Amino acid sequence: MPSWTRGSSMVNRSAVAGLIRRLSPGARAAAIVLVLLSGPLIWPKGLAPFDPAQIAPAEIFQPPSGTHWLGTDQYGRDILSRLIHGTRTSMSLGLASVSISLALSLPLGIAVGFYRGTFEAVVMRLLDILMSFPGILLALVVITVLGRGLLNAMIAVGIGQAPAYTRVVRSAVLSIRELAYIEAARAAGARNGRILWRHILPNIAAPVIVIATVGFALAIIIGASLGFLGLGAQPPTAEWGTMISEGRAYLRSQWWIPAFPGLTIGLVVLTLNLLGDALRDLLDPRLRS
Amino acid sequence: MLRYLLVRVGQAVLVVAGVVVVVFLMLHLTPGDPVQILFGDAPVPKEQVEALRHQLGLDLPIGVQFGRFFLRTLRGDLGRSLVSFRPVASDLVRVVPHTAQLAVASMLLAVVGGTLFGIVSALYRNTWIDNGVTVIALLGISFPSFWTGLLFVWLFAVQLEWFPITGYGSVKHLVLPAVTLGWYAGAVLTRLVRSGMLEVLRQDYVTTARAKGVPQHRVIVLHALRNALIPIVTVLTIQFGTLLGGAVVVETVFARDGIGRMLVNGILQKDFPVAQGAVLVVAVAYSLTNLAADLSYAVLDPRVEYG
Repeated sequence: MPSWTRGSSMVNRSAVAGLIRRLSPGARAAAIVLVLLSGPLIWPKGLAPFDPAQIAPAEIFQPPSGTHWLGTDQYGRDILSRLIHGTRTSMSLGLASVSISLALSLPLGIAVGFYRGTFEAVVMRLLDILMSFPGILLALVVITVLGRGLLNAMIAVGIGQAPAYTRVVRSAVLSIRELAYIEAARAAGARNGRILWRHILPNIAAPVIVIATVGFALAIIIGASLGFLGLGAQPPTAEWGTMISEGRAYLRSQWWIPAFPGLTIGLVVLTLNLLGDALRDLLDPRLRS
Repeated sequence: MLRYLLVRVGQAVLVVAGVVVVVFLMLHLTPGDPVQILFGDAPVPKEQVEALRHQLGLDLPIGVQFGRFFLRTLRGDLGRSLVSFRPVASDLVRVVPHTAQLAVASMLLAVVGGTLFGIVSALYRNTWIDNGVTVIALLGISFPSFWTGLLFVWLFAVQLEWFPITGYGSVKHLVLPAVTLGWYAGAVLTRLVRSGMLEVLRQDYVTTARAKGVPQHRVIVLHALRNALIPIVTVLTIQFGTLLGGAVVVETVFARDGIGRMLVNGILQKDFPVAQGAVLVVAVAYSLTNLAADLSYAVLDPRVEYG
């Protein structure tokens, strides 16, 4: 491809079309679900048939019907409307924590992988310590320090996942730092700052995008778990995990109250996992498992 | 070999020491006066606050405080709960077996289920059996355990009445929590065994074994599975950590006594010594598992170099 065509919108558009053609059917379905999800994410008020916080004593415990498609809860609130508004809460929680993880891990992982030496050894040992708090535990440590709440849950999940991200970023940098084009840039007299920004950062994009997608799914699950445990979003906020926690008392007779939020989480996480797999195959064949 | 063992054990000691530092800092990084935090929101006379500060040594320099905390922890003294006033260590000793039982049972389910499903999936590649297994695995990875747990309760305890809903004691109490917790780890393992088996089944030594007339089940178990197992040990260790973390959620769903529930209650009630003690035990247990896994490579994989 001659260099002057690069960046032309026509070429980009056909490249995007080519990418979509190469997606598996599962990944294509996932992409469609994600596009559909952007609706409730951007404009929940316009899509939700009812006010998600409207308490209606006459309407409590309605099973799914023509008026309330997914039924109502113990306060008579419309579950579909709460799910739609919860999309914004739960997805923002995921997005915010992934951003926090990236903001912490990208600079640290790149610096560690590029400069190496004692600095790397010290940071990696510190990460070993943080990685010995498995799964949700590091997030719980952060929640203990900061207290509960939606904002603290975002920070907690973000910090909790950051050590794992840092390792991925570091190993991506290690795999390219000795390659010929880095050496060439150095020989051409490029300074470290320029090499990091122009050569290292764009070339570790593939693994970073993959881990951010899969990490987004994980962040949604951990965030919802914190909500379920009463440590994340607090009622009456419409959030998927909190909805399940509020609904579990009615499992025996009003199954629809906890059922639909769980199905939603599962669908969204499945979507993101499928997309992560597809991106892995697409962006970096070497990462295929 | 001996050098490798010593270095690896030394690293584990450093990590555990680091874990103690993090747990120590939990109280001190919390915004506000630690003594006031320990009293909760209750209005307490100033003299009493100062008396407790002195009694707990919180008026000493932070380095000295850490030294005392470290020695105290080494002796197994984790302080007293601010709510029940019982020693945290003795409460932990009581609940650790419950969590250990749950973790081991789910791990066994995950290993047995994951290996079997993985082999079957690889052998019947791209048939409806393989696709079915893949769907079950994907669901296990995607649905949060607090929800699948509730689903199992609804189906097997409420509707079918096969198992008790909550509690601790018999094997029947263990089944639903263990399946809930093991599903995720088992799903990850299934995918891994499947791809590992597909890889290994293509190798020359498997073709050779088949060519010389070794029966199918011997080829699978002795030649293929053994070599597919090596990466699995690594993932199992990570999954064990995920299980320990997941126990926090699953114990809450099934109202089962255990470290996870103790930790969540500790955080909810701002009972710092309890939260710190529970975090410490889980993190140390996980570090030791990691150590054990690294050492077990020496046995499983003769190619590991001990640098």
